Amino acid sequence: MIDYSSVLSKTVQAIKPSGIRKFFDIANEMEDVISLSIGEPDFKTPWEIRKKAIQTLEKGRTWYSANSGMMDLRVAICNYLSRRFRLEYHPETEVLVTVGGSEAIDMGIRVLISAGDEVLIPEPCFVCYAPIVTVSGGIPVSIPTKAKNGFRLTAAELKEKITNKTKLLILPFPNNPTGAVMRRSHLEALTGVLRETNIMVLSDEIYAELTYNGSHVSIAELPGMRERTVVVNGFSKTYAMTGWRLGYAAGPAPVIKQMTKLHQFAIMCAPTTSQYAAIEAMENCDDDVRKMAEQYDERRRLIVDSLNKMGLTCFEPEGAFYVFPSIQKTGLSSEQFCTRLLQEQHVAVVPGNAFGESGEGFVRISYAASLENIMTALKRIQVFLDSLQ
Amino acid sequence: MEKMIKLLQQNARLSNEQLGAMLGCTAAEAAAQIADLEKRGIIKGYKPIIDYDKLDGEIVTALIELKVTPKKGLGFEEIAKRIMEYDEVDSVYLMSGGYDLSVTVKGKTFKDIALFVAHRLATLDSVISTATHFVLSCYKDTGVILCDDVKDERGQNWL
Repeated sequence: MIDYSSVLSKTVQAIKPSGIRKFFDIANEMEDVISLSIGEPDFKTPWEIRKKAIQTLEKGRTWYSANSGMMDLRVAICNYLSRRFRLEYHPETEVLVTVGGSEAIDMGIRVLISAGDEVLIPEPCFVCYAPIVTVSGGIPVSIPTKAKNGFRLTAAELKEKITNKTKLLILPFPNNPTGAVMRRSHLEALTGVLRETNIMVLSDEIYAELTYNGSHVSIAELPGMRERTVVVNGFSKTYAMTGWRLGYAAGPAPVIKQMTKLHQFAIMCAPTTSQYAAIEAMENCDDDVRKMAEQYDERRRLIVDSLNKMGLTCFEPEGAFYVFPSIQKTGLSSEQFCTRLLQEQHVAVVPGNAFGESGEGFVRISYAASLENIMTALKRIQVFLDSLQ
Repeated sequence: MEKMIKLLQQNARLSNEQLGAMLGCTAAEAAAQIADLEKRGIIKGYKPIIDYDKLDGEIVTALIELKVTPKKGLGFEEIAKRIMEYDEVDSVYLMSGGYDLSVTVKGKTFKDIALFVAHRLATLDSVISTATHFVLSCYKDTGVILCDDVKDERGQNWL
């Protein structure tokens, strides 16, 4: 008998698995469960994008692409970044097309982190950063953000955690799970701290197009930041293309060069069919993006208004497709709240502490769901809250 | 106004409070907008969308193409208005192309409709010819899919 615990990597085994898998197994067993827990658009990929992919499949264009992605796509990405966020990148040397934003995050962290480097991660946040830092030999250092600041990262919070080992800051805004966004002034406050240092920034902007009450600002656009920032973005959320697994990184040529090297060995290239589809998305689908964003915005307003009226106070999320209400006044823990809501009213939402300790006392509710489902779920949540009285 | 109409087309049963929240105004302002749309005759009514296949007791729908002789000075209006008076008639459209009026009729049986066409429509003075097409199955009606239960097919990927 092989003792697998001695065979498997100690580092990997030490990574804590997601504690809420069990919770979703319960949800899967239920017939009439409404899930407001899912982190992907409920829309289908716009038809024109799918059609483009079908056409290239019919023509048999199914070979590997260049390692860093098809040149036409890299040009489209650069045009897009310039048009939407005033970011200027060179398609030959400063862009890498990846398997989802996830791979761009993975490669970005791996090429920047050496053993013992500290990586600052604002929490609550998407769960992938810390494990990747750990397997890269780095040390994840979380920075809890606060509801009273709208879950934004403040300059003071950042400054407090910087040591001489700090190598990288992860900047995940618009934020999953809180829906927080960093406006220009908030980013400027951070750059005041960062410009004094050699700290790099990995700016995960996958939800950039889902910014409400104004437009997204990338930190890379601010003076002195382009040279120290890797921008990560992708097609999943913007164009409802999660299953196509396509994202990208844009940044200084020396960083992209190392990322491309690793990507070449690990992945070879991102899926070619998806790349063709992505060109169509970037060149011809602004209207679809706008329409989807408008619908998210309507649902967002409805859900925030309804939750606040029920007494589940939530600050106004201005990005992504999540609201992050406080459930503290129910006296339940996040996990108790979610388990009971699921078992008693068949509505699935995610406990806030799944996104870091600082998420305890909150739950994440996704409004990437149909209006009908949202309305029914809100009624059920009301019934659940009444039953707690 | 346009946004209000879009929302009501999605779901006419949203409360004024909900509509207000979604549009960024008060419930009272939402109510006033709707009242205005009704007063101006832009919103004509609110009706449920029925899947007749699931209803006990059969209902038959037919689309009837009519060729008619337009009346001097009145065009197609007189005959269209005459036809719309019948309770059996759901809709009347003036069409471009191969025929003039498209009439949707609902009845209990195929025979009911056939008789209605023969006795009530074909006999009208200006009607030259009729062609009756029965609806066999309805897949989608007023933007709502009827043929399948709309299911959330996404996996439970909560990330």
